[in-house]
Amino acid sequence: MYRYDEIDQRLVDERVAQFRDQTRRFLAGKLSEDDFRPLRLRNGLYIQRYAPMLRVAIPYGLLSSRQLRTLAHIARKWDRGYGHFSTRQNIQYNWPKLEDVPDILAELAKVEMHAIQTSGNSVRNITTDHYAGVAQDEIVDSFVWCELLRQWSTFHPEFSFLPRKFKIAVNGAEADRAAIFLHDIGLQAVRDKGGAGSDGASPGGEVGFRVIVGGGMGRTPIIGHVFREFLPWPHLLTYLEAIMRVYNRYGRRDNIHKARIKILVKARTPEKFREEVEAEWAHLKDRPSTLTEEEVRRVEERFTRPQYESQAGDDAGHLARLAAEPAFAAWTKRNVLPHKAPGYAAVTLSLKKTGVPPGDATADQMDAIAGLADRYSQGELRVSHEQNLILADVRQSDLHVLWGEAKALGLASPNIGMITNIIACPGGDFCSLANAKSIPVAQAIQERFDSLDYVYDIGELDLNISGCQNSCGHHHVGHIGILGVDKNGEEWYQISVGGNQGLTRPGAPAAVGKVIGPSFSQEQIPDVIEKLIGIYLEKRESEAERFIDVVWRIGIEPFKERVYGTHHQRQERRNRSLAAA
Amino acid sequence: MALIIKDRNVVTDPWLRLELNTDGSLPPVPPSGDVIVPLAMWHGQRDQLIARPSRLGVWLDSHEEPAAIAEDLRLFGVVAVNFPKFGDGRGYSIARLLRERYGWKGELRAVGDIFRDQIFFLSSCGFNAFTLRAGEDAQEALGAFSDFSDAYQSSVERPLPLFRRRQPA
Repeated sequence: MYRYDEIDQRLVDERVAQFRDQTRRFLAGKLSEDDFRPLRLRNGLYIQRYAPMLRVAIPYGLLSSRQLRTLAHIARKWDRGYGHFSTRQNIQYNWPKLEDVPDILAELAKVEMHAIQTSGNSVRNITTDHYAGVAQDEIVDSFVWCELLRQWSTFHPEFSFLPRKFKIAVNGAEADRAAIFLHDIGLQAVRDKGGAGSDGASPGGEVGFRVIVGGGMGRTPIIGHVFREFLPWPHLLTYLEAIMRVYNRYGRRDNIHKARIKILVKARTPEKFREEVEAEWAHLKDRPSTLTEEEVRRVEERFTRPQYESQAGDDAGHLARLAAEPAFAAWTKRNVLPHKAPGYAAVTLSLKKTGVPPGDATADQMDAIAGLADRYSQGELRVSHEQNLILADVRQSDLHVLWGEAKALGLASPNIGMITNIIACPGGDFCSLANAKSIPVAQAIQERFDSLDYVYDIGELDLNISGCQNSCGHHHVGHIGILGVDKNGEEWYQISVGGNQGLTRPGAPAAVGKVIGPSFSQEQIPDVIEKLIGIYLEKRESEAERFIDVVWRIGIEPFKERVYGTHHQRQERRNRSLAAA
Repeated sequence: MALIIKDRNVVTDPWLRLELNTDGSLPPVPPSGDVIVPLAMWHGQRDQLIARPSRLGVWLDSHEEPAAIAEDLRLFGVVAVNFPKFGDGRGYSIARLLRERYGWKGELRAVGDIFRDQIFFLSSCGFNAFTLRAGEDAQEALGAFSDFSDAYQSSVERPLPLFRRRQPA
């Protein structure tokens, strides 16, 4: 965990006081609804379908057990006893009262938390790989860079009224687990191995960033463009400021649907936009925002680090239990990731139990998970953008007992990376923007695929559901994506295949899914998904070939045919219906 | 005369800001008195405006380029930037460019949809004068300068970012 210093704490406290005053003025009728809206939004407060919704920041998804207990306390005291972990590694409360929000923020501030810039047209919570600091394929510990960016983006005076929201993701490992090609800015840490960097100055081994600009989901999904292959780390902030200044000045403000940076990059062409950024950067380069080694070290040192006991290798008792207990082995295979420290592992606690909205956790569960974190993972945990919780520093020798406790809490669904590990937004049950519900759809699919053997046979598959084009459920990058659409006031669902969240393995880059055809009613969805899976199982060349690999190899036509019939059959059906009409 | 905030005090405003007519045409210029004119008027009536006996200022709308007045800054007593809407944040970048790139040292004024909740950021970006929208209490708005006691970033007000000012722990 990054520990606040006195100034970090003071700024968060001052924010609470500021918002308390703004809320007071609003409730006293001194601020109009129109004036208050952008002010409450930059404190994470939406007015939703049934009540306000408060989104609390979990910077880069990292939480201490103490903070999680505060989140549980808030759920109990001011909400209805639960919270929803979102795809941006935050937590949302769906039932707080507006007049209570200043008190909630004050409670958060006591444990170094806040709701700053969790919505509104500003830089949002910086997201990253939920295995930062523990992954075997680590290049840098991305948490340090995320914290540097958190401080830089917090109350940035120039970029607090952007044309639209702005999302930055940082990936510090070889595999892209942060979807960096689908963010307004994506940063991939790179270690310059072969002597001079692209600027000709950096010595070998220097850290820099591949800078990717203009990606995004939403109504117009676009894969981001690489602006810099290697930006030496001292220039990180000035280069971002150059990008953001060009966007702030020229991004569209007349149409909310065309206001994201991706639209500006597309309109100007990535080449022209990049030239403008470079021209702006020529003025900003080497100015005081240039990062210093002392600052990077200072931030690094303010992080508490897990203390690992030195172990020679895999724990013998653990290996024996794996061999003896197939159910434990299955959970370990799916929900436990090897760790960079020998004898340790990272455990995913699944918030995807069938019948429970994906990402939801009750206050009691949160308290219990805080206990697990204290006992087994050095008091820390992470929220993944797949809406699960991660205990990142567990001794292998503790895994079996942890598994038992997680099972008792309903957090051990052994389905990470599988079809039933559905990513979904809160959808029409809660969100006023949604066209359609997402939670009952997720549940119906989980119920259809309730046989674990079948789920394992299907293998790795990302299934994502969004209740509307805002794509909070990241449906564009699901191997199977489901999107709620409104047709004359009725809820329908459009299905796409072939999306991918990022370069999670060599040769599988980020991709946006393709829609297979006309949309379906809610009841039809499980059948349609089963048909898509059926064609995949027939066409795959081996178990190693995943659903997404088959889609990319054979194209979407065979999937379409299985669902809608052959082109010929579709034509005939159309003719018949025309004749009948 | 109207009240404005200047250099963290409430003062009366000696300037008259001329706005375009609703059809986009330019209004007449009063024969005397300090005026702040729209950019289009500065471009169209430059010589007449310089010949007037009173002081001259210019204002930019949020889509206009500060580079358009960069060469002329020495002729102005004030430069203003209009915020057509609270949420239109282009003026923050314009202010930084005027201060940090084009070297404007004189009065930089925020006009338009301005109220207390923007003042802290506006001030950070280099504005030192504020014409609040109608109905706002300028005296009460002075509190906004101390909404926050510090800031992480480099800005016009605090050229060194916090990390270059922190005392080693």
